[in-house]
Amino acid sequence: MVDVSVTVTVNGEARTGVVEPRRTLADFLREDCRLTGTHLGCEHGVCGACTAMLDGRAVRSCLVLAVQADGREVTTVEGLSDGDGPTPVQEAFRAEHGLQCGFCTPGFVVSVTALLADNPSPTDDEIREGLSGNLCRCTGYQGIIRAVRRAAEETAAVTP
Amino acid sequence: MTAAEQTAMPGPAARFVGQSVTRKEDRRLVAGHGEYVDDIVLPGLLHAAFLRSEVARATIAGLDVEAARKLPGVVAVFTWQDFDQQFGEAWHAMLGEELQVPPPLAVTDVRHVGDAIAMVVAESRYVAEDACELIEVDLDPAPPVVDYRNAAADTDNLVHGAWGFPSNAMVEVPFTPLAPDLDEAFTSADHVVEATIEQNRYLCVPMETRGIVASWSRGRDELDLVCSCQGVHETRNFFARYLRVPEANVRVTARDVGGGFGQKMFVFREECATVLASKLIGRPVKWIEDRRENLIAAPHSRNEQGHVRLALDDDGTIGAIAIDHVADVGAYPACPAVMDTQLLPGPYKIPRLGFSTAMVWTNTMGKGAYRGPWMFETTAREMAIDVAARRVGLDPVEVRRTNLLGAEDLPFTSSSGNVFQEITPRETLEQALDMLDYDAFRREQAAARADGRLLGLGASAYVEPTSMGAPTLATEGATVRVESSGKVVAFIGTTSHGQSVETTIAQIVADHLGVEYDDVTIVQADTQSTPYGPGTGGSRTAVVAGGAARQATMAVRHKVLTVAAHAMEASPLDLDIEGGVVSVRGTPVRSMSLAEVAKSAYRLADSLPPDVEAGLEATARFRPTQFPTWSNATHLCVIEIDPATCVPTIQRYIVSEDCGPMINPQVVDGQIHGGVVQGIGGVLLEDFVYDDDGNPLTTTFMDYLLPTTTEVPDIEIGHVETRSTTNPGGFKGMGEGGAIGAHAAVANAVADALAHLGIEVTRTPLGPNDIHSLLDAAGAA
Repeated sequence: MVDVSVTVTVNGEARTGVVEPRRTLADFLREDCRLTGTHLGCEHGVCGACTAMLDGRAVRSCLVLAVQADGREVTTVEGLSDGDGPTPVQEAFRAEHGLQCGFCTPGFVVSVTALLADNPSPTDDEIREGLSGNLCRCTGYQGIIRAVRRAAEETAAVTP
Repeated sequence: MTAAEQTAMPGPAARFVGQSVTRKEDRRLVAGHGEYVDDIVLPGLLHAAFLRSEVARATIAGLDVEAARKLPGVVAVFTWQDFDQQFGEAWHAMLGEELQVPPPLAVTDVRHVGDAIAMVVAESRYVAEDACELIEVDLDPAPPVVDYRNAAADTDNLVHGAWGFPSNAMVEVPFTPLAPDLDEAFTSADHVVEATIEQNRYLCVPMETRGIVASWSRGRDELDLVCSCQGVHETRNFFARYLRVPEANVRVTARDVGGGFGQKMFVFREECATVLASKLIGRPVKWIEDRRENLIAAPHSRNEQGHVRLALDDDGTIGAIAIDHVADVGAYPACPAVMDTQLLPGPYKIPRLGFSTAMVWTNTMGKGAYRGPWMFETTAREMAIDVAARRVGLDPVEVRRTNLLGAEDLPFTSSSGNVFQEITPRETLEQALDMLDYDAFRREQAAARADGRLLGLGASAYVEPTSMGAPTLATEGATVRVESSGKVVAFIGTTSHGQSVETTIAQIVADHLGVEYDDVTIVQADTQSTPYGPGTGGSRTAVVAGGAARQATMAVRHKVLTVAAHAMEASPLDLDIEGGVVSVRGTPVRSMSLAEVAKSAYRLADSLPPDVEAGLEATARFRPTQFPTWSNATHLCVIEIDPATCVPTIQRYIVSEDCGPMINPQVVDGQIHGGVVQGIGGVLLEDFVYDDDGNPLTTTFMDYLLPTTTEVPDIEIGHVETRSTTNPGGFKGMGEGGAIGAHAAVANAVADALAHLGIEVTRTPLGPNDIHSLLDAAGAA
């Protein structure tokens, strides 16, 4: 198959590359865009470490092809903050010890950001259900769930 | 500085130790700016992929790599012949010279599914995998050895017959009584209970798979490695021997590592192959394991069984325990870490012990370390105690109360010679029972059973031998330096992979020097700048590396005070350091900042006292006064099983533990949480399965099920703090305990939920299918 030119808006910036049709969005982000915050934990769509936002919705970038993202907008963990320090979600993960080795963390941070955008005050059950597609092997999810609660509360406190 | 002088120095204040300060690691990691091995890109970097055996046991009858070599983008295809004679010794200091890492690629035959046969190196990983599909391999299968329980007796089928081993038993220790009256204790006991306890195969599964980037420099004969490992120094020493170059020619770094849990403690065959490939090609080569490879070809763990005998009196007093133990170490054990039989009596006053043990080879993936590699002693004992209690009509919790060591029993020397002094087994049991409200639970359980519900409580108690004294593990080093700006840096020998070492060591340094936590930088996992360390594992960082950091910091503190005292014309004994400022105690106006002291020490050598060397730096190696440093805990798990679906749900999970004073309580709790959930997974969800032909059946995360947010409970933790005397901080290791205790607690909870139906639980896993089988067999499904 012939290589294809794709242009993807990544974290607000147009990125163009010539890729094999089989190239995953995750590899495009990591290798072509050098945005290595998006991690690959299973490459078969279960672990969620590669979660990124495609047109505002959380997707597993290992199951999306770069050609499918052509002309669309992608936000990775590196692009969540507007540059003024960590986002409330990132800050909450720090405060609540929501990470240990940190490998799954970018996927969780993106998933939680998308979850809270859809549902700013989730119940505990909604948090657990909403994050059931992300695997963490270090924290037992205890600090992660606390971090989501904290991020939701703090976001609610600043946006009446 | 002599010990007496050190004692006379003003004691540092605890401002940071004991606090849950925000981790230093997190700023980069939450923003996606960590630096894991797959994030490394180098000029000319090539990518490796392995062709692996799909057959458990076979002779390689033919291997044709020509089509693969011709694929555009392929730089090299290696088979055993290319690597033969290219390397030297292949052993780890911790495991000894006898245990060589097997050849990087299969030589004449394959011995498990996943055994690497050939390696492709190409311009991209995509091309490397394409080329693997073009390799033609002709395997002549033989009957595999899969069931380890019968493997030692199988002399027709030998896993390592090609190496001339006449048996599948790697190690066999005949029954050894550790008490002269062991037989008599069994003969005279009111009850002898026997049960075969079987633990399933479940795995470390770090979220970051294994990986390495190897760059051989032909001009300098130097090897630069970035690798996802638990110990850069032993990796360096290994490859110095392997390539027959001085250690200084090998540099290993590991800036961020995405979990290890024991799996990444030792060098792997694939890493050897990647290093050889870089050397032979002369370009950097990266190998990143994919998840299927990690599941089938990274070290396995936990698959062990034991026939346990307990001698009990009518009141539940246990007079003796014995086990006949067999462990499956697979074909190529990375580290033959199996049950520590000497620990079988655990935290109990059991005066007599006997054991036999066997480690057997099978045509399955080899065994490696996993968080508490010896932990089958806990599973075997704790599950057997529950079986015994029920058979003689006692409450399993009461049997523990009767037999657990309490404060009045200490010091206590076990039948295998372990000396327990600063542990709190019965105190943690009582704390955990209080947290649960035990009596209320039993009332609730009785009501639930009357309603046809299946509700159960499991308990598990253990002692954890942390900071063990094996020669390579006994010490850690640290270099602490006050830089000319007054900022502080500590170089330590650890290779942390989630343990928060940058944070906790900085807390220790900051307190002992009297500076701000934010002014301390930790450098680790770099062989060129840090003192030797044997690797981060064995729950030893707080005790051993913490001790080294403290000792080096105290030496630097002494020097800071000496320099400052000279400059301020005061006695060092009258000075204190707080917030990076040295001042005369009681006269705060007379003070010097650490930057001013550093200016004297580095730039104004003439201003120093005549007998003081320039600079503000010290290096220390610390060795605890005794081995191991014991910690302990009791776990309680409450499970309800849905009688219709057989799905077990954890209602409460309680841990009461004693790791002494906590450097960072949030980090301690985090370690417990993670370990407990690994134990929960191992019983209720995770099970690595081979079929009778040695084919792995659980090769994706759709089949090998890790716990998710929807299966884990809120974990409740209580602390009992008893200082250890093995180290000045009084710390005890605790990183593995959660994973040690959880397996039995969860299994026992399932057992208790089913006990009133006449069901006895002696094996794991215990997922819905297993529970359904148990109910079915009891006629209760």
